[in-house]
Amino acid sequence: MIRFENVGLRYGMGPEVLSDISFNIPAGSFQFLTGPSGAGKTTLLRLLFLALKPTRGLINIFGQDASDLSLGTLPAIRRRIGIVFQDFRLLDHLTTYENVALPLRVIGQSEPAYRKDVEELLQWVGLDHRMDAYPPVLSGGEKQRAAIARAVIAQPDLLLADEPTGNVDPTLARRLLRLFSELHRLGTTVVIATHDIALMDQYEHARRLVLNEGRLHVYD
Amino acid sequence: MTEQATAIALDETGGKDDTRVINPIVPANGISGRALVVVIAIMAFLASLTIGLVTAISNAAESWAGDLGKELTIQVMPEEGRDIVADTLEAARIAQTVPGVLNARVLDDSALRGLLEPWLGADFDIDELPVPRLIVIGVDPENPPSVEAIQAALSDTVPAASIDDHKIWQERLHIMARTIVMAGIGIFALVLAATVLSIIFATRGAMAANRDIVQVLHLVGARERFIAWQFVRHFLFLGLKGGNAGGLLALFMFLTAGWFSNHLIATPAGAQIEAMFGNFGLGPDGYLAIVITVLLVAGLTAITAYISVVRIVRNMV
Ligand SMILES: Nc1ncnc2c1ncn2[C@@H]1O[C@H](COP(=O)(O)OP(=O)(O)O)[C@@H](O)[C@H]1O
Ligand SMILES: [Mg+2]
Repeated sequence: MIRFENVGLRYGMGPEVLSDISFNIPAGSFQFLTGPSGAGKTTLLRLLFLALKPTRGLINIFGQDASDLSLGTLPAIRRRIGIVFQDFRLLDHLTTYENVALPLRVIGQSEPAYRKDVEELLQWVGLDHRMDAYPPVLSGGEKQRAAIARAVIAQPDLLLADEPTGNVDPTLARRLLRLFSELHRLGTTVVIATHDIALMDQYEHARRLVLNEGRLHVYD
Repeated sequence: MTEQATAIALDETGGKDDTRVINPIVPANGISGRALVVVIAIMAFLASLTIGLVTAISNAAESWAGDLGKELTIQVMPEEGRDIVADTLEAARIAQTVPGVLNARVLDDSALRGLLEPWLGADFDIDELPVPRLIVIGVDPENPPSVEAIQAALSDTVPAASIDDHKIWQERLHIMARTIVMAGIGIFALVLAATVLSIIFATRGAMAANRDIVQVLHLVGARERFIAWQFVRHFLFLGLKGGNAGGLLALFMFLTAGWFSNHLIATPAGAQIEAMFGNFGLGPDGYLAIVITVLLVAGLTAITAYISVVRIVRNMV
């Protein structure tokens, strides 16, 4: 589903943050992307999300060459990818419900059409009682779950999550991991960036992509 | 989050209702949005005021010139050995026979005195001075008499009479009116340029506050057209709000000025203003100009917002 070939990336004139990255992500797989802080996990996720262009190498996503994408074709790809940002990127003037519904709203679905799906999902992530609250009054864990709900509401083929357990307690972390494994079971390809070893140990049959000093090592 | 905060939040959202009101994607008002409306209102007001004044003045100048065209003046010069009073009456009688002349009115001594007083003072004997006499001829505007015909009819019997069709004055008025209108258009162009620039900068400022929204929309897979439409709609609304406020204020100013000038006509000052500016009325073209200015201002706001959105989106990729 995703193929990286000798991908290198540098920010501006800086040193190469990632070099010679080559890997495949098969459809329906589940992997952790790990490595020390500053290793380039976020950068790699941004490449996967097509928010960054590689300085060199090839990226192929859903059978399309990333360098061929234009502003016109990008949204169609984005709609097949759900992403949870480390800083959530929720809109403060929209309620939790509206934030989660946003991906459906931008493809032109009407409120009555998506209401049931959104309410069910919010219940599933345990936010049904916070539906009408605005992000500034949500706790870190609640924002985290809202961001995850927004990422999965449109049933993406690929889910990317950046440190989704970074600011939640271990109990909630376990719950979130169950949520991801449930999505995986339903057919979504999952990539979770984390440096939480304990978390990875809970899901042992996941692949591990380990970043270190700009290089990637794959442990199946 | 503490238990207490959760409880409060639960309270807030307690009742579930069927009609869910959803927030617009672009927040309806923000500080920068309100500042933008104020800027738009002020600039629309200034632009409307300028264009309204320009059309009012140009209309007034046209009507002065038109009024002058409705009258002719015959001047009878005093000549040695002729009776100026008889000559004047005879000239008036002849003039009335020319087709297209509606009436001929001899200015009597007191009217002449009134005209001369500013120059000669109150005590002078009009019969002792070689003062020309004047006949004001009312002209049928549909079928104006030719100046040459009147002159020809007069020249045999009253050689001392000469006719003045105010051409020189009319021409001067036209030139003056054109000069005023050109100056007005120049000022309007400057005001418009200032309007365009301040609206562009204020809109960009307001858009900068919405940068996050553009980015998030793009990240969740919104097309450029969808994002742009959200903002264009919002900013068009802000532009119309500000533009209407400014345009209406300008209209109100003109209406008030018109009302005052109508009510002051009884007084000498009012009569003077009336003579200068007509009744201060904003003709249909003035109203139209203001409406167009308001639409222009609103459209400009929306277009600037559109360009800003496109710029933000393209810079992200
Ligand atoms: N926008 C940026 N501009 C310049 N350097 C950056 C930028 N983002 C990240 N970096 C650098 O790239 C390296 C990898 O960062 P990141 O991908 O965030 O790592 P991780 O998510 O694994 O902590 C770091 O050295 C960081 O300083
Ligand atoms: Mg990171």
